[in-house]
Amino acid sequence: MSTHTDPVTRSLESYRADFPALHQTHPNGNPVVYLDSGASAQKPECVIEAVSRCYSEYYANAYRGVYYFGARVDEELENAREQVRNLLNAKAVHEIVFTAGTTMSINMVAQGWGRKSLSPGDEILLNVLEHHANLVPWQMIAQETGAVLKYLPLTSDGQLDIEQLPEYLSEKTRLMAVTGMSNVLGTLPDLKSIISTCHQNNTLVLVDGAQLVPHTEVDVINLDIDFLTFSGHKLYGPSGVGVLYGKEALLEAMDPMLGGGHMIDQVFHDHSTWAELPAKFEAGTLPIAPIIGLGKAIEYIQNIGLQRIEAHERSLLEYAHETLTKLPGLKILGPALNEKGAIASFTIEGLHPHDIADWLDRAGVAVRAGHHCTMPLHEHLGIHASTRASFGLYNNNSDIDALCEGLEYALKKHKLI
Amino acid sequence: MSSDQYEELYEDHILPHFEDPYHKQEIDCASCQHSERNPLCGDTVTLQLMIGENETIEKAYFSGNGCAISQAGASMLCEQIEGKTVSELEEFSAEEMLELLKVPLTATRQRCGLLGFKVLKTLLYSRDAEAAIAE
Repeated sequence: MSTHTDPVTRSLESYRADFPALHQTHPNGNPVVYLDSGASAQKPECVIEAVSRCYSEYYANAYRGVYYFGARVDEELENAREQVRNLLNAKAVHEIVFTAGTTMSINMVAQGWGRKSLSPGDEILLNVLEHHANLVPWQMIAQETGAVLKYLPLTSDGQLDIEQLPEYLSEKTRLMAVTGMSNVLGTLPDLKSIISTCHQNNTLVLVDGAQLVPHTEVDVINLDIDFLTFSGHKLYGPSGVGVLYGKEALLEAMDPMLGGGHMIDQVFHDHSTWAELPAKFEAGTLPIAPIIGLGKAIEYIQNIGLQRIEAHERSLLEYAHETLTKLPGLKILGPALNEKGAIASFTIEGLHPHDIADWLDRAGVAVRAGHHCTMPLHEHLGIHASTRASFGLYNNNSDIDALCEGLEYALKKHKLI
Repeated sequence: MSSDQYEELYEDHILPHFEDPYHKQEIDCASCQHSERNPLCGDTVTLQLMIGENETIEKAYFSGNGCAISQAGASMLCEQIEGKTVSELEEFSAEEMLELLKVPLTATRQRCGLLGFKVLKTLLYSRDAEAAIAE
């Protein structure tokens, strides 16, 4: 397969060939145009092969088998953990915890850290850009502990109003949970400045990196991130695996959310003691093959280079903004081009997002329609739903042309042009 | 169904109900009413029924916001249920509602197409529950 070619000799456009799903045909005969990577990315052949090899060549449970297969699985899992550490530039490999996904990672912090650290009246700072996965776990722990949720306002163009951040931080603000990149507006909060302001106030910061990590280099040491969460499936890896990064001291102080096998040091009749990091947070059997697939996906994108991916997606976004805004009644949501990542969410006057997505599907174009798990954001924007085109490393300008042609067709069918 | 057949049905059947719906208005003399929201997209449908003698639906009105499928479905539903008795409507199935819509729908879009139907079923069920409590 072409993935083994020296990356220096390959143009970015050629990587599309590595994704078998993108060469499929829609049942109605149209080629598939995939513009929903923000929901989940397609997988390159090398990831599919790595998962398949795990099952066909050496599969066993992890950290238990005193035999060849078991040892091989352990080795592959730890290789993947090192890949993640390297991707994030984390200090130690035991600061990388494998989870089921971003949602589970955030819940683990909300419960494991929150239950122990939050007292009635303590504050957690949120904002309406957040995905439900970075809102609901905090609502749950706030209800349980008596902590209070506060919301940092947005500017009129959908950015976090960080000028107001100092006013929203009090001596009771224990943690700010913030997205690295909005899954609807593409907004890129200034993490460096937010984290520095929060740390001056002794406020911890959890960054939901589900959207950010697949598109740009994230250096947890340089940004001084306390907790970072992301999912494998948006990073061209399998679903069912995610990551929780936490600074060692914070993970040490945190309680595990799940109890069970592998996470213990000793088990007595009435209590147990916890294993060392990261095992303390990895109860039960890990998603073995997905983790191995994630390691391969990270190797794949690092071979291409995240900076190249980012530049390619930026040019796609520029082309998308240029062409989409020519359509009558179409409004792109969120900040200006230079303030956002590779997502274009929009509304079209007179056309419901589900109807738009239906017409696009008939043209073979896959987009997301709905509230994208951000009901408070849509309420803030004064709309019920939106349509989202999100880009991955494999997209090209023809995909965006197909999107615009599909939209024009929908406008014609609804007699809007 | 071919793409052309689908589009023909959509234009001849769905769009007319969406653009010029049957009984899309709010009334203030309903015997009973109920609203539901599709949590996936925020589409809403409110159904208001005027139930007369012999438990017959004399008038059915709807209001709401949403995609062509959910709103056209509610319009077809109102047209369909007028003149029927409550016990006849208890027999009315999701399959029959989807047949009314005529266009094939994926599982996700069936939730749009069945939104009005779900409101009707909840409405009938709560009337039954109230009657049971009254007894």
